[in-house]
Amino acid sequence: MEDAIVLRDLVVDRGRRRVLHGISCAVPRGVVAGLLGPSGSGKTTLMRAVVGVQTVGGGTVTVLGRPAGSTDLRRRVGYLTQAPSVYADLTVRENARYFAALHGRSRADADRAVADVGLSAAAGQLVGTLSGGQRSRASLACALVGEPELIVLDEPTVGQDPVLRADLWGRFHELAASGVTLLVSSHVMDEASRCDRLLLIREGRLIADDTPDAVRAAAGVSDLDEAFLRLIRASEAGSAVAAGAVGTGGEAS
Amino acid sequence: MNPRILAVTTGRILRQLRHDRRTVALLLVVPALLLTLVYYMYADQPAPPGGVSTFDRIALVMLGFFPFVIMFLVTSIAMLRERTNGTLERLLTTPLAKADLLFGYGIAFGLAGAVQATVASALAYWVFDLNTAGGSELVIMIAALNAVLAVALGLFCSAFARTEFQAVQFMPVVVAPQLLLCGLFVPRDEMAGWLQAVSDVLPLSYAVEALQEVGAHAEPTGTMWRDLTVVVGATVLALVLAAATLRRRSG
Ligand SMILES: Nc1ncnc2c1ncn2[C@@H]1O[C@H](COP(=O)(O)OP(=O)(O)O)[C@@H](O)[C@H]1O
Ligand SMILES: [Mg+2]
Repeated sequence: MEDAIVLRDLVVDRGRRRVLHGISCAVPRGVVAGLLGPSGSGKTTLMRAVVGVQTVGGGTVTVLGRPAGSTDLRRRVGYLTQAPSVYADLTVRENARYFAALHGRSRADADRAVADVGLSAAAGQLVGTLSGGQRSRASLACALVGEPELIVLDEPTVGQDPVLRADLWGRFHELAASGVTLLVSSHVMDEASRCDRLLLIREGRLIADDTPDAVRAAAGVSDLDEAFLRLIRASEAGSAVAAGAVGTGGEAS
Repeated sequence: MNPRILAVTTGRILRQLRHDRRTVALLLVVPALLLTLVYYMYADQPAPPGGVSTFDRIALVMLGFFPFVIMFLVTSIAMLRERTNGTLERLLTTPLAKADLLFGYGIAFGLAGAVQATVASALAYWVFDLNTAGGSELVIMIAALNAVLAVALGLFCSAFARTEFQAVQFMPVVVAPQLLLCGLFVPRDEMAGWLQAVSDVLPLSYAVEALQEVGAHAEPTGTMWRDLTVVVGATVLALVLAAATLRRRSG
């Protein structure tokens, strides 16, 4: 089956600065792909390009076989923005039901999505009165509720307690097992080991695109954090090493 | 546009309003208080011989003006919040069409404006004995159209504000000239030519003329219908401009 996401030489400029420098990669269907990199490395920008809200300077973004941003993709792709984007003056349940209705889903679907993110007890509470972590889970429920084929989640687990974080990752893998593709960003490396595939991005360039095991093997260490450090050093040491180690696509465009 | 999505979007906007009890109370009470104020201001002023009393003249225009100014403010801020909270960007990644959102606001706040005008009219007619030759239902209809016009202008103007402070500044810019030049303070045909020309391109002038037609004639007049057509045309124009400010892609 065709890949869920294919980027070819993706270039993005934001505010007169080049933020993504020709990224090429492919994410197969039915996996949890982690997009990891430090703050400011371009994760959000890349995700915006995938959901089709980012003006692109060059290259192509193909999502579920169609150009990113195509009309029919809007019912097939779910997007969680980094800052929670839910209505503060509605309850959790009302938010979920609204986004469910936009996707033609029922109230029961909405209530299930609220339960899936562990917010059943707060379902009747106004989002404006929730804690930061709860608010981002309310936003997550609204991204999951449409039962999309591709789910793009920008730092969904930031600020969540460890038990909930484990639950959420469990839920992501259940979804992937049912054929859904997830692209999940994080700036915390310890989440990398939970992903089926890793995209490591730094300063707008991809420095690794592989499974966690292959990344460990390439770097020759078992600790992913350490492995990333070595890959970064290697990519800085010379473009030849970087081109050999990973799929940055060679010549910059 | 999709009727189901339009309906749930309208419902969502009204639900947000309903959660804000204080705003709902202000929407209904403030016009009543201001009408009361105007009533007592002019209570002892003799009516001009053979003419309409000053209260009747002012109250009639106020009934159309409240929904205009208040719905403009409410919409600019609500839409600005959609833009700054990221909900707009998120909505535009869902099957929602731009028209679903724009018409959703138009219907929701148009209804709110109609309710506001109905309450204010009830007070004006029953308590303060407002006299109009034409029926109160025409007054309410014109007020509701004014509300929708204000929503359309608010949706458009919200694109030019980054903060709520800025959005509030658009009220004097958009609303004050329309109020000053609408014919309430100085009849339009007694203004200097260039002021008349400005007044001619401001939609509120037509809404006010339509109200004055209802005040003076028992039956709806051709002038009133023409004026309302202009108001609706201005609304459509503002909605089209507002749609142009909703970009699915941004830098
Ligand atoms: N709206 C914007 N205008 C200009 N530059 C931006 C904008 N948003 C982000 N950037 C810049 O783009 C780079 C990548 O940002 P981002 O994609 O948000 O990174 P990340 O999500 O990995 O933290 C940063 O240097 C940031 O300053
Ligand atoms: Mg980010």
